[in-house]
Amino acid sequence: MSKTRKPLILQILQNDRGGKITLSLLALLVTFVAISNLFVPVGSPFYMSTYTVTLLGKYLSFALLALALDLVWGYIGILSLGHGAFFALGGYAWAMYLMREIGDRGVYGNAELPDFMVFMNLKELPWFWYGFDNPLFAFLMAMFVPGLLAYIFGWLAFRSRVTGVYLSIITQALTYALMLAFFRNDMGFGGNNGLTDFKDILGFSLKSDATRVGLLIISFIALFLGYLLARYIINSKLGRVCMAIRDEESRVRFIGYRVAQYKLFIFVVSAVMAGVAGALYVPQVGIINPGVFSPLFSIELVIWVAIGGRGSLYGAIIGAFVVNFASTYFTSAFPEIWLYFLGGLFVVVTIFLPKGVVGLFEKLTAKKAS
Amino acid sequence: MIMLNRENEKNVGELIPGKSILSVDGVTVSFDGFKALNNLSFSIEFGELRCIIGANGAGKSTMMDVVTGKTKPDSGRVIFGDAVNLLEMDEPSIAQIGIGRKFQKPTVFAQHTIFENLELAQKGDKGVFKTLFAKLSGEEKEKIEETMELIGLQELAHSSASILSHGQKQWLEIGMLLMQSPKLLLVDEPVAGMTPGEVEKTGEILTSLAGEHSVVVVEHDMEFIRSIARKVTVLHEGSVLAQGSMKAIQENEKVRKVYLGE
Repeated sequence: MSKTRKPLILQILQNDRGGKITLSLLALLVTFVAISNLFVPVGSPFYMSTYTVTLLGKYLSFALLALALDLVWGYIGILSLGHGAFFALGGYAWAMYLMREIGDRGVYGNAELPDFMVFMNLKELPWFWYGFDNPLFAFLMAMFVPGLLAYIFGWLAFRSRVTGVYLSIITQALTYALMLAFFRNDMGFGGNNGLTDFKDILGFSLKSDATRVGLLIISFIALFLGYLLARYIINSKLGRVCMAIRDEESRVRFIGYRVAQYKLFIFVVSAVMAGVAGALYVPQVGIINPGVFSPLFSIELVIWVAIGGRGSLYGAIIGAFVVNFASTYFTSAFPEIWLYFLGGLFVVVTIFLPKGVVGLFEKLTAKKAS
Repeated sequence: MIMLNRENEKNVGELIPGKSILSVDGVTVSFDGFKALNNLSFSIEFGELRCIIGANGAGKSTMMDVVTGKTKPDSGRVIFGDAVNLLEMDEPSIAQIGIGRKFQKPTVFAQHTIFENLELAQKGDKGVFKTLFAKLSGEEKEKIEETMELIGLQELAHSSASILSHGQKQWLEIGMLLMQSPKLLLVDEPVAGMTPGEVEKTGEILTSLAGEHSVVVVEHDMEFIRSIARKVTVLHEGSVLAQGSMKAIQENEKVRKVYLGE
C-alpha cells in the first residue's frame, strides 16, 4: 500500500514501538550472552556461564508460551487456565524424539526401548512411539498434537457457546485430567519421572556449550517469528474481529461473523505456538514430567501475562521475563517467601497497574510527552 | 450450514416494492409458561417503513430476537423473501442474508475507531481466512466514507468509538446497519435518550432509507412515530392488537384502552 515498499518485518511492526524495543533488547541480550559464553575466557568478569545461557533459553520458551496465551486472552477474551497442557504436549512430543535419540547409550543399553520401558518390562515399543526417532516427524507432532487437542476442545466448547468463567474452569479441568493421565506409568510416557537423561539433539551433544548457545538462538528466533505471526494476525481485519468479539460477542454475530470459528482459529494458533514453546523448553531444561500439566503452572502463566500487561503482546514477553527472573532469584535467595511474593505481586499489579508493566511504561511516557 | 447459505440467497427471490419481504406466521414463544409471543402474525412489504409499538412486555424485543435468530420459537413460521425459512438459520447467516438489527442499548465496539466499526460491519465474505488476508478496496473505503457522512461522523473517523455521545453511538449503529446493505432493517428504539435535534435527524435518516430497504422501527416515543410513520402495528400480550395508519390507530378503541390507558 505504501509507495516505498518496506520489508515485511517492518510492515508488521509498524506502529509497534513497544514490540520493536522489546525484541531489539532481547536480541542484544541473546547476542551478548552467546558471545560471552563461547568466546570470553572463563574467569573474565564478562564470561557468562552455560547455566545463564540455559536459563535465558528457558525464559525465551516461557515468553513464547506467554505470547500464545496473550493472543487468546488479550485479544479474543478466552481466559485459558490450561495453556500449560499445550506446552507440555509439545514438550513431550519433542522429548520422545530426544529419548529415541539416546539409542543404546541408556543404562540398560537397549537400542529400541528407552530405559523406563525396559524397567517396566515392556517387550516392544508402544505404537504411539513409532516415528518419533525422526526429528521432523517429532517436531510436526509437537505442533500437531496440541493443535488437534485445541481444535477438538474448542470445537465442542465454542460451538456450545461456553464462555467466561465456565470456559476457564473447563480448561483447568483439561490440564488436570491430562496431568493425572500422564502420572500413570501405564500411559507409556515415563509416569511421574517423565522423560529425561537426553544425550544429544540432531547429533549435537546437549552437554556442549555450542549446542546450548545454538538452542538459545533458535529459541529467540522462534519467539521472534511467533511475535511476528501474532502481530500480523492482530493487525489484520481478523484481529479487529477478534477484539470486537472480546468486547461485544453477541453484536459480532449480528453483523454476520461466525464467532465460534474465529475463536477456534485463534485458539488453535495459540496452542500450536505453545507446543513449539514446549519443544524448545525440553532440550534446554533436560526433563519434562507431568508437573508441567499442573493447573498451578497454567495459573502462574496467566499471572506472567497479567503482570506484563494483557493485550499488548510484548507485555506478555516482559511479564514472562520479569516473573521468571524474580522466581529464579527468590527461590534460591529466599525460597520460603517466593510464593507469597508472587501472590503479593499479582495483587499489587491488579490493584495499581491494571495494564501491567506495559501500562506503567505508557503512563510514564505520556507524562514525559505532556 | 455454510452450504445452506448460497441456496438461501436464491430463495430470497426478487424484491420489488409491495411484495412481502418478511412474514411472521403464528409464532409462539414461551418462557417458563409465560407466553412472550402468542400466535403472532404480521408481514412487512419490501420498501416499507413500519413502526411497531406496544407497552413493556408486549413482545417487541422477543419478536426481533426470533427474526434475527437469537430465540427459537415453540411454533410458527418466519419466512424472509420468497422462501427463506429463518427458523433454520443461526444469527450470522441471518445477518449475511440481509437482515440487520440495531439494539435498544447502543452496542458499538468501543475499542475500535468509527472507521473500523463500519469496516467490520461491511457486507462481504466473513470467513476466517478471507478476513485474515482482507485488504480494503477503494470501493469499500468509499462506501465507508459515504456512510460516515450520512451519519455525520466523518470528522471523528479515526477516534475511538468510546468517546461518542449517546446519540452519536445510535447513529454509528445505524451506520453499521447500512454497511451490511441489509434488505430489512430492524431498529429497536432509535431515539431513546436523544435530544430533539438528534431525534429529528434520526427521523430523516430512517425515512430516507425506506424505499431501497424495508425498515421496521420499534419505538416508545409517540411523537417520533407520528413524525415518521406511515403504517403502525400495535402489539399487546404477544400478538397483534391493531394495524393501520397512525390516525386509524389513534382512533381505535381497543388501542386506546390498553395502550393509551383511556
